[in-house]
Amino acid sequence: MQELTQKIRESAKRLLQEGQVDCVLGYRKGTVPMQERPFFAYTPEDADQLVWSRFCVNNLANFLIGRQDRVAVVAQGCVSRNIVGLIQEKQITREQVYVLGLHSPGMVDRGKVQALFPDRVIHSVEEDGEELIVNGPDFSERIKVRDVKRDNCYTCTHRNAVIYDEQIGDPGEESGGGNIDKVSAPWEKLSPEERWERFEETFKDCIRCYACRDVCPLCYCNQCFVDENQPQWCGKTVEETDVQTFHILRAFHCAGRCTDCGACESACPVGIKMRRLTSKLEKDIRELYDYSPGLDLESTPPLSVYRPDDPEPFASG
Amino acid sequence: MEYIGLEPGRLHFSWISSSEAGEFKNKATEVVEAVRALGPAKRLVKDIRPEEAGAREAR
Repeated sequence: MQELTQKIRESAKRLLQEGQVDCVLGYRKGTVPMQERPFFAYTPEDADQLVWSRFCVNNLANFLIGRQDRVAVVAQGCVSRNIVGLIQEKQITREQVYVLGLHSPGMVDRGKVQALFPDRVIHSVEEDGEELIVNGPDFSERIKVRDVKRDNCYTCTHRNAVIYDEQIGDPGEESGGGNIDKVSAPWEKLSPEERWERFEETFKDCIRCYACRDVCPLCYCNQCFVDENQPQWCGKTVEETDVQTFHILRAFHCAGRCTDCGACESACPVGIKMRRLTSKLEKDIRELYDYSPGLDLESTPPLSVYRPDDPEPFASG
Repeated sequence: MEYIGLEPGRLHFSWISSSEAGEFKNKATEVVEAVRALGPAKRLVKDIRPEEAGAREAR
C-alpha cells in the first residue's frame, strides 16, 4: 500500500507539474481511523497528502459530476465503472478525465472492525498484507482482512479499472472470490409475508440523512424527488412508509446503472444494507438484458433505449 | 415491488393502446376485481391518525 501511495503521489506531481490536469482527485488520510477522505490536490505539494489504503470506500466518480476542468482521478474497478457510466450519461467527457487505474485490494468495512472490539476505542489501524493491526489505548491486536471486508468487495467482479490512462501498480485478480448469485437478491426465495418482514426490518433504523444518496455517483439530479414539494412525491418524515418509499425509489433509480461500489452502505451511519434492494435490480438487469453497467464506453445502457423486443416479464398482457 | 413483499396481484402493469377502449375496460375490471379480492392494503400505507385513536390497531 505504501508503494502504491508513493506511485500515486509521483504520478499526481508529474501531471500537475506538466499542466496535464488542473487537479488530482484521490484520497487522503481521514481525521478518524479507517475513514480516508476524498481529496483534491491542486498543487504538487498537495499531492503529498494523497494516500491509498483499504479504507478508500468513497466513490470518487461522484466528485467529477458537473466539473469543467481537467481532473486526474484515482480509480479502482468500481470507480472506473461509474466514470464510464457518467461519460455515457454525458455528465463528464472522456477527454477531461485522466484515469489513474488501480487494482482494488478489497476495501474494509469499518463497522465490521469496530464490531470485533465492542465498547473499545480504536486509535489507529495499520495494514500489514492480508492482516490489519488494530491499536487502542491499551491493546494492539491483529485481525484478518478477509473477515472484515465490505460485503460488496467479496463478490466484486471487476477489481481492475476498466478504463485508464495510466495504470498504477500491477493489475491483479478480477474477482473478489465470492459468487454474486449466491448472495444477491436475498429475499427472492421467501414468501410475500417473509419478504415484507425482512424489508421492514432492513430499513427500520433509517434516519433519512440521505448520506446514501449523497455519496452515490448515480444521484446527480439538481433536485432530488425527496426534496421536491410540488408535487411531493415522498413524505418527509421518518414514519416507516415514508422511509420505505424513499428507499424503494432510490433503488429503482439505480437500476441498470449501479456498479455495486458499496458507497451507500459504507456511508450509512446506522448500518443499513441497501444492497439487499440494489442487488435484486442488478441481477434483474443482468438476467433480462445480459448487461452489467459501466464496463465499456461503446455499450448502450438498456434502460436508456427502447427496443421492440425488450423483455416485459412484469406486464400482465 | 413483489420482491419487497407487496402481495402478488396488488400492482398491475400492462400496455394498452389509446385506440383499445374495450381492452382498457376489460383490464380495469380485472385489476379492480383482483385488488378487491386481496382486501385493503396494509403495506406501504401511511396512517397519520394519532395512535390513541386506535390507528395502529389495524396493522
